[in-house]
Amino acid sequence: MRLELVKRKERSRTMALLSPLIAIALTALAAAIIFAVSGHNPLVGLYKFFIEPLTQQWSLQATIAKATPLVLIGCGLAVCYLSNNWNIGAEGQFIVGALFGSALPVMFPEFQSTATLPLMLVFGALGGALWALLPAVLKNWFNTNEILTSLMLVYVASLILDYLVRGPWRDPGGYNFPESRLFSDAAIIPNVFGGTMSLATPITIVIALVLAVVLARTLKGFEIRVMGESPRAGSFAGFSAKRLTLFSFALAGGLAGLAGTMEVSGGLNQLLPTISPGYGFTAIIVAFLGRLNPIGIIVAGFVLALSYIGGEAVQSAMGVSNKIASVIQGLLLFFVLACDTLILYRIRLASHQAPSGETAHV
Amino acid sequence: MVQQTRSGTDTLLDARGLTKRFGDILANDNVDLVINKGEIHALLGENGAGKSTLVKMFYGSLQPDGGEILWQGKRVDIGNPAAARELGIGMVFQHFSLFEALNVVENIALALPNPGRMSDLAERIESVSRDYGLPLNPSDIVADLPVGIRQRIEIVRCLLQEPQLIIMDEPTSVLTPQEADQLFLTLQRLASEGCAVLYISHRLEEVKRICHHATILRHGKVVSECNPAKETPATLASMMVGADVASVSAGARTPQIGETRLALSNLTARAATPFATALNGISLDLRAGEVVSIAGVAGNGQGELFDAISGEMPVAPQMIRIDGKPCGSKSITWRRRQLAAFVPEERLGHGAVPGLKLSQNIVLTRHATGDGLTSGGFVSTARANGMEKHIKKEFDVRMSHDDPEARSLSGGNLQKFVVGRELDRQPGVLVVNQPTWGVDAGAAALIRQALIDLARSGSAVLVISQDLDEIFEISDRIAVISRGYLSEAEPAEDMNRERVGLLMAGGAEAQGEVA
Repeated sequence: MRLELVKRKERSRTMALLSPLIAIALTALAAAIIFAVSGHNPLVGLYKFFIEPLTQQWSLQATIAKATPLVLIGCGLAVCYLSNNWNIGAEGQFIVGALFGSALPVMFPEFQSTATLPLMLVFGALGGALWALLPAVLKNWFNTNEILTSLMLVYVASLILDYLVRGPWRDPGGYNFPESRLFSDAAIIPNVFGGTMSLATPITIVIALVLAVVLARTLKGFEIRVMGESPRAGSFAGFSAKRLTLFSFALAGGLAGLAGTMEVSGGLNQLLPTISPGYGFTAIIVAFLGRLNPIGIIVAGFVLALSYIGGEAVQSAMGVSNKIASVIQGLLLFFVLACDTLILYRIRLASHQAPSGETAHV
Repeated sequence: MVQQTRSGTDTLLDARGLTKRFGDILANDNVDLVINKGEIHALLGENGAGKSTLVKMFYGSLQPDGGEILWQGKRVDIGNPAAARELGIGMVFQHFSLFEALNVVENIALALPNPGRMSDLAERIESVSRDYGLPLNPSDIVADLPVGIRQRIEIVRCLLQEPQLIIMDEPTSVLTPQEADQLFLTLQRLASEGCAVLYISHRLEEVKRICHHATILRHGKVVSECNPAKETPATLASMMVGADVASVSAGARTPQIGETRLALSNLTARAATPFATALNGISLDLRAGEVVSIAGVAGNGQGELFDAISGEMPVAPQMIRIDGKPCGSKSITWRRRQLAAFVPEERLGHGAVPGLKLSQNIVLTRHATGDGLTSGGFVSTARANGMEKHIKKEFDVRMSHDDPEARSLSGGNLQKFVVGRELDRQPGVLVVNQPTWGVDAGAAALIRQALIDLARSGSAVLVISQDLDEIFEISDRIAVISRGYLSEAEPAEDMNRERVGLLMAGGAEAQGEVA
C-alpha cells in the first residue's frame, strides 16, 4: 500500500479553505515536537505560544499592532503573486517607504500642521512604489529575474537606512546614538478607540476591503487573475503583461511603503538602524496563508503576528530562544505550500503493483 | 454488434476483457481486441473513447484493472514499456520525444538498451531506413529537420528493435499528403513482412485506404468491428459517434462575394525566436461572404500569421486592414471593436484560461466589445452567467455541472465553447486557427457548419487548418502556407490534393518569392 496523488478535474473549493487550517495544525504538531525535543512540556509550550497571548488585553493589542503592517504588505504582495510577479523585496520597500515618510519630520522638524501626517503617508507610499518599480522596470526592459533583483534591493535599502541614521539624519542632540531625532506630535499617527489601537489598523482594514472588492468584482481584478494563470490568454484578452508588472509592483511597493511610514510614525516615532523585525518577509507567508485573498490575509496577518508575540512569551516564560518564532513561521509556509497541492490533487491509497504517474486521460 | 472470433494460429496479440478505471470514469470496459500477424489494424473512436488508454496498456505504461493480454498465445503482464519492447511491441508517439540539439544517431542511441558503437549504429540506421524507404542521414541535427523526417527517426528507432507489433498514434497529422503516402508504403511493406500495425487515426479516408481491420471504441467499449475497405468514411464516422453525422452543407457554393473585409498586404515579420517562422510578404484579400482556408503543415508560420492578424504580434499599420482601416499596429481589443473575432489553435492557455469558469472565460474576449459585461470598471457576473447559458445551449456544449472550470471540459466541448463565444457576436471578420483540431466528428460538423453559415450571412471567414478534408469541405478559396510564404488563394474547385500537397512541400515558397 502506498499514497498516490491523483489530479482533480477542477480545483477543490473545500480544500482551498481547509488547506491553511491543516497547515496550521501540522505546524502546531511540529512545534510541539520541537518543544519536546528541547526538553519542555509541549502542551505548555503550545499554550504559551499560541493561546496565552490571546487571553490578555495588552498582548492582544500588541498582536494587532504587529498584524497591521503584515496585512497591509501582504495585500500588496497578493496582487503581485496573483499576477505572476514574484516580488520578494517588500522588506526593502517597507524601509524606503519609512525613509521617504520620515524625510519631512527629520529634515523639517518645524513643519508641524494638520498636513504633516497626510503628506508623510503620501511620501511613504511614493517611496515604496519607486523602490518596487526598479525590479519591475528591470524585468520589463532587460528580462531580469525579479525574485533576485527585488531581494537584493532589500539589502541596499537597509544599508541606506543604516547610513542615514548614523550619518546625515543622526539626531544632533542624541549623544551619537545611531537614531534620528524624535518626531513631533504632528508627525505621529494618532490612536483611536480610546487609545487602544493605532489609526494604522482601521486604515489597513479599509484598504484590504477595497482591494478585496477590486480583485473579486472589477475588470482590473480579472486582468490580474488571468495574467497570473495564463499570460498567453491574457494577451489574447488584450491585457499588457508589462503594464501589469509595473502596476502590481508599484501597488505592492506603495502599500509596503505606507506600512513603513505608519510603523515609524506610530510605534517608534523615530528612525533606527532596524525598524522592522522582518515584516516584509513574514508578509510573504501571510499572503499565501491568506489564500492571496485580502480577507484571508487579515486573518493570516493576525496568526503570524501571534507568532512574534508567542515567540517572546516562550522566551521569557520557558527560556526557549525566540528564534523559535522564525522556525515556526518557516514551517507554516512550508506546510501551507505543501497542503495547497491538495487543491488540485487528491490522495489515493494504491495497491502495491500499480505504477506511478497514472492519471485519468479523458 | 458483430463479434466474430478472429483469433487463430496467426494471432499475435489477444486482449480479453481489458478494463481500466480512473476514479469514476471507466476508460476501458471489458475490451476484447485481436491483432493478427501482418495486419494493419485501425483503432477508431471519438476523443475520450478510450483509445489512448488501451494502447498504453499494450505498451506497458498503464496496467489493466481487469482482463488479460495474451501475446502469441501466452498470458503476459506488461509491467512497463521496457517489458513491452522486450516482447516486440514498439510505439511511435504522436508527439515526438527527440532532442533538437542532438543528431539522428545520438537520438536513437539514447532510446536503445544496448546502442553499441556509434559508427555501427549509424550504419544500421542507414541500411534499415533505406530498406524501408525512409531515408535518413544519421549525422543530421534534429533541429534542422522538418517534422516528416523527425517522424521517420521515431519509426526507424522503433524498427531497429525489430518489433512484431508497432503502435502508431495519429502518425499522419503532421505530414503532407505526399509524406503520408510514403508512410503508407512503409506500413504496407512492414505488414507484408508479417509485422502488425495498430493504427490510431481520426482520418477515416486513410483508414479506409490502408487498414485491413478496424475496431471501433465508444465510451470505453468495443461497439463494432469491420473491414474498413468495405465501409465509407460516413459509415465509419457514424459507428464512432453512434449516430449519423450531419454532413456539412455549404449552402450556395457561389456566394455573394462582397467588399474586402480583411486585407493583408505584403505582411512581413521577422522570426521572434530561433524556433519561430518569419512571415514573408503575405498578401490576401478576404471578402464578405466567403470562407478562405490556409492549408499547410504545422510550424510553417500559421501561429505567427494568426498572431499578426489578431494583434498579439504588432506589425506595420498598412500591412493589415479591417474594413479598410489600417490596423497592423493596433491592439487586439481595437480590432475586436472593429467586429473582428479570433479563435486561436490552443484552446487551453490561449483561447481560454484553464482555471477560470466558462462565464469568466467569456469576459476574456468580450469585455470591451459592448456586450454590457463591464460597467464603470466592474464586471457583471449576472450578464456573464446569462451569456454562458446562451452559448452553452446554442452550441451544444456538454458539461457535468453548471459553469465548470474550462480545464474540466473535453477538447471537443471546449472548442465548441471558444468558437461559440466568438460566433455569438456575429463578427464581421472571423479568423480561426485549427477549428476542429482533435475534435470528434459530431462537434466538427457543427463547428464547420457554423463557420459556413457565418460567411453566408455576409461576414468574412479565414480558416487556418492542417486538415485537408476540412479545407475542401468548407472553403470557397484555398491558399497554402509554406515556410512563411503564402501561395495565392485560388478557388476551391480549381484545387486538388496533389496541387495543395506540392504547394505545402515548398511550392508556395517559390510562388511567394516570385510574387
